Amino acid sequence: MTSTRSLATDAVTVGYDDRVVVHDLSVSIPPGKVSVIVGANACGKSTLLKSMARLLKPQSGAVLLDGRSIAEQPTREVAKTLGLLPQTPTAPEGIVVADLVGRGRYPHRSFFGRWSDDDERAVNEALTLTGILDLADRPVDELSGGQRQRVWIALALAQRTDVLLLDEPTTFLDVSHQVEVLDLLTDLNLERGTTVVMVLHDLNLAARYADHLFAVKDGRLHSEGPSSEVVTSEMVREVFGMESRIVIDEVSGTPLVLPVGRHHSAQLRL
Amino acid sequence: MTAARAARRARLRRHRSVLVVLVLVVVALLAVTLSIGERIYGPSEIIRVILGQDVPGASFTVGRLRLPRAIIALLIGVAFGIAGSLFQRMLRNPLASPDIIGISYGSSAVAVVAIGFFGATGPAISIAAIIGGLTVALLVYFLAWRGNVHGARLILIGIAIGTMLFAVIQWVLTRIEVYKAAEALRWITGSLNSAFWGDVPPLAIALLVLVPVAFAVSGRLKILELGDEASAALGVAPNRTRLLIVVIAVGLTSVATAAAGPVAFVAFLAGPIAARLLPGGTGVLAPALVGGALVLGADFTGSQLLPTTFPVGVVTGVVGAPYLLWLIARSNRPGGTS
Repeated sequence: MTSTRSLATDAVTVGYDDRVVVHDLSVSIPPGKVSVIVGANACGKSTLLKSMARLLKPQSGAVLLDGRSIAEQPTREVAKTLGLLPQTPTAPEGIVVADLVGRGRYPHRSFFGRWSDDDERAVNEALTLTGILDLADRPVDELSGGQRQRVWIALALAQRTDVLLLDEPTTFLDVSHQVEVLDLLTDLNLERGTTVVMVLHDLNLAARYADHLFAVKDGRLHSEGPSSEVVTSEMVREVFGMESRIVIDEVSGTPLVLPVGRHHSAQLRL
Repeated sequence: MTAARAARRARLRRHRSVLVVLVLVVVALLAVTLSIGERIYGPSEIIRVILGQDVPGASFTVGRLRLPRAIIALLIGVAFGIAGSLFQRMLRNPLASPDIIGISYGSSAVAVVAIGFFGATGPAISIAAIIGGLTVALLVYFLAWRGNVHGARLILIGIAIGTMLFAVIQWVLTRIEVYKAAEALRWITGSLNSAFWGDVPPLAIALLVLVPVAFAVSGRLKILELGDEASAALGVAPNRTRLLIVVIAVGLTSVATAAAGPVAFVAFLAGPIAARLLPGGTGVLAPALVGGALVLGADFTGSQLLPTTFPVGVVTGVVGAPYLLWLIARSNRPGGTS
């Protein structure tokens, strides 16, 4: 049951006060796929994601969910379809894992909503998928960074949305935990057909895990498509302002970017 | 079924038993307050008074003096407890209670000005106190506004405004006649000594409106606690929810202050005590009961247990001040949180 919910931006311009960060940008997120947005620091990739998550209101243009502007839909209804893992969420002091994950059920509960079996199942499934079922009654404060990130992902999973947006889900994690989180998101995409959209810093992990890559430069879309087409040394030069060589990642068969710096690049024969 | 479900059941059981104990504590304090004073009345006499029967002596002492005083103590405790805990949870900071961030001072200052310069009495003072609290809250909120409200900024602005208002109160006290100053002093310390039945209806009506709204908004506050972005993603608009919480909490603070003055530190203490009893989420009922118990207990201590009688605000101040010092010391320590 691959998600068929469509998410797109229609000529959005987004900024803070009078500083425009995203210019007139239109993207269409492929349903049921893993999309990754990459770009240099401050290029507007997080801003684009935040506008899709309706955290930032576009100055012009619209974000369309199933063809209708999300600004015109009740925010709680949108929350049943569109989930977000923010960059720095905060856990209330002393809260235990299962309670925190349970809060992801909020959009599905009625005004006097009692905890239902559906809620229970969703939380259990989220805890199982993220492999933290045995941490269910541990206080979140006591967990490691990697475990905590899984808790937040579990919260977003408990929300049971067809589309999941993630703002740099691998920041602050060491490399093994980064791979673990990205594998988990891929599982979710393959098993549940969830549309995954994330901003990633690491271009090589992005190239490996993305079905569809968006390269953003100065608030505009530079290129998009499968990583084998998008990740070229020209793209890296133009988007990141860096010389590089592209080889094939022996492990995944996806492009691997080898940066060329001023030092340690003696092997390079141009 | 699963470990997660069993764990949640266990937490719910604990939550419920803590609430039951708190209710019992409040009931016990009410009973003690009603029966013990210069004369001690037994349970049967008290129940007959409450049922409206005429009991010589007790009908006056219990029915006209102790009962309204106890009810007002309970109600203002509930109001302060809820207001403080809403503010503290919303701003994620135990310092963020209305008595620390100047709102109670706003009520006091306007009430004192009304008494001193306009000869206000009775309900007029209460209305002045409510207007003062709301005005200061809005002032602090909008001075702290930079596209959103950041906890630390709001607290510092609130403390500064509170200090200015305290200076205003002091100045008014030096200007007005002595008999008015005595009435005005209640607005600095907080006292139940002049509590009477007439104070009960406005307080009770305000609570009947505000407390259910507080319960309703508590679910949204649970989401807001996760941060603005997570909150918006879960369908809770952060700024709108915050404004609603401010209005409820300020309303509760102001009506309670109007009834008995700014009883120091009750709003400040109730939330953290409730959080200690129920780690990971207190809801609204627990801080309400803790607040009620604090005011009832402090008033009974001040009027009966100490060698001389003290107003309730002095007793809560003596209890609350060390906690405030401890909190500040802890937050200034490297690696400490506040």
